[in-house]
Amino acid sequence: MKFDVAVIGAGVVGSLITRELSKYDIKIALLERHNDCAMGATKANSAIVHAGFDAKPGSLKAKLNVRGVELMKRFCKELNVPLQNNGALVVAFSEEEMPHLDELLRRGEANGVPELKVVGRDELRAMEPNIGETAVGALVAPTSSIVCPYELTIAGVENAVTNGAEFIRNCAVEKIEHKDGEFVLSTTQGEITAKYVINAAGVHSGKIASLIGDDSIEIVVRHGDYYLLDKSQGSLVSHTIFQCPTKMGKGVLVSPTVDGNLIVGPSAEDIDNGDDVATTTVGLDKIYTNAIKSVPAVSLRNAITSFSGNRAHPTSDDFIIGPSAVNKNFINAAGIESPGLSSAPAIAEMVECIMLELTGGLEKKSDYNPVRPEPVRFRHMSTEERAKLIEENKAYGRIVCRCETITEGEIIDAIHAPAGARDVDGVKRRTRAGMGRCQGGFCGSKVVEILARELGVPMNEITKFGGESKIMYHKTK
Amino acid sequence: MFDYDLVVVGGGPAGMAAALKAREEGVEKIVILERAETLGGILEQCIHTGFGLHYFGEELSGPEYAGRFIEQVEATDIDVYTDTMVLNISEDNVVTAVNNSEGLMQFKAIAVVLAMGCRERPRGALSIAGSRPAGIMTAGTAQKYVNIDGYMPGKKVVILGSGDIGLIMARRMTLEGAEVKVVCELMSYSGGLQRNIVQCLDDFGIPLRLSCTVVKTHGKDRLEGVTIANVDERLQPIPGTEEYIECDTLLLSVGLIPENELSKDVGVELDRVTNGPVVDEYRETLQPGIFACGNVLQVHDLVDYVTEESQIAGKGAADYIFGKKKGGTYINTKGVDGVRYIVPQRVNIEGKENLKLYFRVGQVFKGAKVVVECDGNILSSRKKVKLAPGEMENVTITPEMLENMTKDSEIIVRIEQ
Repeated sequence: MKFDVAVIGAGVVGSLITRELSKYDIKIALLERHNDCAMGATKANSAIVHAGFDAKPGSLKAKLNVRGVELMKRFCKELNVPLQNNGALVVAFSEEEMPHLDELLRRGEANGVPELKVVGRDELRAMEPNIGETAVGALVAPTSSIVCPYELTIAGVENAVTNGAEFIRNCAVEKIEHKDGEFVLSTTQGEITAKYVINAAGVHSGKIASLIGDDSIEIVVRHGDYYLLDKSQGSLVSHTIFQCPTKMGKGVLVSPTVDGNLIVGPSAEDIDNGDDVATTTVGLDKIYTNAIKSVPAVSLRNAITSFSGNRAHPTSDDFIIGPSAVNKNFINAAGIESPGLSSAPAIAEMVECIMLELTGGLEKKSDYNPVRPEPVRFRHMSTEERAKLIEENKAYGRIVCRCETITEGEIIDAIHAPAGARDVDGVKRRTRAGMGRCQGGFCGSKVVEILARELGVPMNEITKFGGESKIMYHKTK
Repeated sequence: MFDYDLVVVGGGPAGMAAALKAREEGVEKIVILERAETLGGILEQCIHTGFGLHYFGEELSGPEYAGRFIEQVEATDIDVYTDTMVLNISEDNVVTAVNNSEGLMQFKAIAVVLAMGCRERPRGALSIAGSRPAGIMTAGTAQKYVNIDGYMPGKKVVILGSGDIGLIMARRMTLEGAEVKVVCELMSYSGGLQRNIVQCLDDFGIPLRLSCTVVKTHGKDRLEGVTIANVDERLQPIPGTEEYIECDTLLLSVGLIPENELSKDVGVELDRVTNGPVVDEYRETLQPGIFACGNVLQVHDLVDYVTEESQIAGKGAADYIFGKKKGGTYINTKGVDGVRYIVPQRVNIEGKENLKLYFRVGQVFKGAKVVVECDGNILSSRKKVKLAPGEMENVTITPEMLENMTKDSEIIVRIEQ
C-alpha cells in the first residue's frame, strides 16, 4: 500500500490532523493498532476544552490551547459535535490558596485568555450552590467548555474518510525504514509506504519515533482514574470545578459532561506500562476524597462506571510538535497530555502548516467537504420529529437501549458509517447504546445481534473492543 | 391518540396480572405495552423450575408460569403491543410509546399501571478496581446469552453476589459444562433463597464464600482472573486475605434496582429504601390514577407474590376507573428494629378488608418475633424460626385492628429478639 502521508495513531490528534490534510489532493492513511479510533487517552480523559490559563506563558501548550479554544468552535460546528460553553472555576479552599488564583489569573492573561476574574465566597456560592463549605473563592474562566472527546475523534475520522483518507484498523507499526526517499512501515497489516509520516501515537509516541532512530522523545505514562455518575447527578454543578493545580497536573475536577452525566477525576500516578488502564483502589479512593471537598453531594451510590486513561507526559513538560531531527519528513505530534484535547484542532492546524512548508505547497481538492452530517439523535428529537423519522425508516421506531433511548436505526447507521463501528464498544461510543445506568445489561446482547447481522458474521465472533475481547464462546449444548 | 380506560406499562407477570384483574372487574378498554418481543418479561429467560408453588400449587418453569397468563390475556380482547417502548407519561395520563411497525403512538388513559420491573446493578456501581475486559457481565445478561441466544459467555466462572439470579446461573453454567469456581458474597449471609443455595450450589459442590468480595479484575482483552478478599464488619477488604482466582468470566448478582425512570418523569414519589413508588394498600401512588406493582414497586423474591400484588393493583385501578370513591383517612406504616421497609407505605384506616403488609428484614434473625403495634398497642406478635433478608415476609392487618386508629396513628412493624 502506497501513500503520500501515513498518520500513526487515531486518537483525537491523529484524527484531526488526518482530517485537515484530507482537504489536499494527496493519499493519506490513518493507521490505528486497535479495532477502532479513540482507543487511548482520547477515550478516557476529563473531556474539557480548557480556557488556557494553566500552561506556562510562551509554551506550545499555552499557545495551542488558546488557539485550540478558538478553532474548536468551528471544528465542532463542521463536524456536528456538541460543544457546551459551561465555564470553569478554580476553587481555593483556604485563604492560603487565594494567591494561587491570582497567579493563575496573571498567567492566563499572559496567555491571552479573555474574561478571567477572581470572585469571593458569596459570588462563588451564588454561581455554584453545591460547592463545599470550605471554599473561599474561585478563579472564573468563562471560555472553558465541555466536549465529548471520542465523539470529536470519530467525527474527524469519519469526515477524513469521506474526503478520501484511508482508515486502517488493527495496524500496529513494528518497523520503519527509509528507502529511496520513502518510509517503509512494517505493520501488522502488511507493508505500507509513505513519503511523510506523522507520529501521533500518544503514550507510544516515544517508541514510534525511536523506530527511525529518533530517541529524543521521552514519555512518562501518567495514569488517571475517573468515576462517571448517573445523569440524575449531572446538574450538581454547572461549571467545571477545579481545585488548585499541583505538580502532577490540574488535580481532581468535578464537571458535567455534554451528555448530562457528572465526571469526577482524575488521579495522577506515573506507571511503566502505557497499555495498563486498570483502575486502582488507591486512585479511585483519592478522587472520591478530593471530589467531596469540592462538591460534598457527590455520592458513589450514583456511580455508573469507573475507568482510567493514560496521559503521555513528556519529560520536557511541553508538547513536542515538528519535524524530527533525524528525518524532517517524519513529523512528531508527541507528548500530548492536558491540554491536548483543547489544543487538538490547533495541533492539526500546526501540522498542516508544517506539511505545506515541507512539501512547498499542496493542491486543494475541489470536492473537499468539511461537514460531517449530523447523526440521528432520536433522544434529542421532538415528538413530531420522531414520528416523521420513523415514517421514513421503521428502524428508528425500535428502541434498543432503554436507558439512553437509542434506536436500532442509529446503531445500523453507526455500523455503516465511514470508518463505522466494528464492535460493541464502537457502537457504544458512536450511539451511546450501553452508556446509561444499566451499562448495557439489557441492550448488550441486542447490540451483539445487530452487529453480527449487519457485518454478516456469527454472534460469537463479535468482540467488545477487538482483539481477543470475545463476548461469547461456543453454542450451548 | 388512542383512548383507553387502562394503560399497563410492561407485559411481564405484574402487568398481565393487573390487566387480567382489571378486566375481571369489568374494565373494558385495556392495553398492555411491552418492550420485549413477547409478553412474559424476565420469566421468559428463567427456564428453571420453582415458580408457582404458592399461586398454582405446582412447580413450573418461568416460561410455563408466564404462559398461563399469556394464554389468559390472549383469550380476552385486551390489546397488546410488543416490541413497543414507552417513552414518557404526561401528567394528564397520556402515554407516548414507539415501535417499528406503528411508529409513534399516544394512548390516553383514565388509569395507568406501572409494571416495568427492575434491572440489575452493574459493575460500575461497585467500584471494583482493575481492567475492564470482555467477560464481566451481570448474571441476568449471561442468562439471556445462554437460555435465549444459545451461546456460552464463559468457561471458568466466578460469581460475585449470591442473589437468586447468581445462584441460578451457577447451576446453569455448570450444567452447560462451565466450571464455576466460587460464589463470593459481601455480606455475612446470602441474599438469595435458601432453597436456591441448596439446589444450585450445594448439590453441585460449588463453594459459597461469605464476607468475601472481588477487589480487582485482571486481563487485557478477555478477563483472565480476579482477586478476591475477605471483608471485615464494615465490609472493607482485609489486607493480606487476597487470593487470585483464574477465570474468564465474572458474573455479577449484586442487587436489583426498580426501573422507575418513567415514574420519576411523571412525578411519582419514590421510597428511598425500596426505590419504588410510595403506594397505598390499593397500590395507588401519590399521583392519582397511577398504580404500581411487581418489581418496579419492590423487588420480590417469588413471582407468586408479584401476581398477588398485581391483582390488588388491577382491582385498585378498576375501582378508580369506575369512580368508586375510596375516600378515608390514610396513615403511614413504618418498619423499625430490623425491618427495612414496608409496602404499602400508606393504609386507609376505614378499610373494610384484611390487608397484608409486605416487608424485608435487614439481617438474619433466628427465633425472633414479628411485632405489629400502633399507638403503643400490640396488634399482633408472631414467632418465626428464621427471618432472612432474601425472603419477603408479611403480616396481616384486619379491619378490627384499624378500628381505634386516628389520622395521627402509625402502624409499626418491628423485630423483637
